[in-house]
Amino acid sequence: MSEHPIRITINGRPHAATVEGRLTLSDFLRINAGYTGVHLGCEHGVCGACTIILNGQAVRSCLMLAVQADGTSITTVEGLAAADGTLHPVQQVLRDEHGLQCGFCTPGIVMTLAALTAGPEKPKADTLLNALSGHICRCTGYQGIRRAALKLAAEPQGSQA
Amino acid sequence: MKPAPFDYLAPSTIEEACEQLAQAGGGATLLAGGQTLLPLLALRMSQPFILIDINRIAALKGVLRAEGGTRIGPIMRQNEVIADPTLGTALPVLVTATRHVGHHQTRNRGTIGGSIALGEPAAELPATAVALGASVEVRSTRGTRRIAAEDLYLSPYATALEFDELITALHFPDWPTDTISMFREVAMRPGDFALVGLTGALTVKDGRIARAGIAWFGMGPTPIKARQVEAALIGQSTTGLDVKGLAELAIAETAPFDDHHATAEYRRTVGRRIFARTLSERLDVRQTA
Repeated sequence: MSEHPIRITINGRPHAATVEGRLTLSDFLRINAGYTGVHLGCEHGVCGACTIILNGQAVRSCLMLAVQADGTSITTVEGLAAADGTLHPVQQVLRDEHGLQCGFCTPGIVMTLAALTAGPEKPKADTLLNALSGHICRCTGYQGIRRAALKLAAEPQGSQA
Repeated sequence: MKPAPFDYLAPSTIEEACEQLAQAGGGATLLAGGQTLLPLLALRMSQPFILIDINRIAALKGVLRAEGGTRIGPIMRQNEVIADPTLGTALPVLVTATRHVGHHQTRNRGTIGGSIALGEPAAELPATAVALGASVEVRSTRGTRRIAAEDLYLSPYATALEFDELITALHFPDWPTDTISMFREVAMRPGDFALVGLTGALTVKDGRIARAGIAWFGMGPTPIKARQVEAALIGQSTTGLDVKGLAELAIAETAPFDDHHATAEYRRTVGRRIFARTLSERLDVRQTA
């Protein structure tokens, strides 16, 4: 069993810790760093609830070790809304379109859509809808989530909703 | 759902990684993208003493056009493969196949070499490597060797790689510019493993098929190269092909099994149909039957 010093920037704040090699990034974010918006559904890469943004890309945090994230910059759902509570555009559109019910899967979905819409160009509807296949939601039946995603897309008329 | 304890090593060179693999004497597992390994660790189906993370080895990255083909660094992420302009031109079917691997989120971490090394029989990339005639370059403290993709897969998840060997490069031979992709996958949902999958390429010169590389995934214990139909296609005119007969020949070497998703007979039926449909659509031939 090995222990390793790591430094990670989370939501703009530097974190330093010493972790066991086997600690997953998702457990590190929740337990060590306190970002409990990282939800753990399945803990083996199926449900998508633990999705975070790592160096600009949406990844499943349960499928990485904390030690692998040494030197990276991470955004969790806590890092999206403005300081005054103004929602991130992805959060606002999910709210407007009733894209959540119990909310367990929501942080992961928010992070995937936030990563894909962060660039200067809006993504295609197909890109967003295909990326949603990486998330399981047991409440909504997905229709509200799809409508929200289509509103974020380059051609938001929603013929596929 | 917590991995059992292990020692974590993160070598920065290939030599260092090979040294660590040799010293571990079979007790180590390589960590590339981790999108299959991390679940196996979490479920404790895999409990290595040592985990060797190869993600910090710069020499395992990059794409190079060389030796009449393309040399791909094994830790290239699957989404990097999809976005790479060189691969888009040289190996369009590899890019198409990679779009079907897992989900956007797992493709941001999952690597091309990891998928090829794992040898999941229903996965897209091992079969595509077999279809296109690719080979892997492997290194250990004992030396370097090349293994043809079609000799790599022995049974589900079992490959010809020895415990102390590391894949250092993937070599895909060039296919002529007038090559068409043959890819189709039937799965329960996008991102799932295939129930039945067809992958490969056909080169058409002056209205005749000059070269064929075709393989199946989800149709047996390993990727299955469809040698009989490859041989039958070569030299044929693209007009007036016996599509139905070729589809029957295409599944001749497959060995699908029954599982809780589908029966072997279903897989053979779907295999015949997707072969016939893909061939007809790609060659724009009219089916008579």
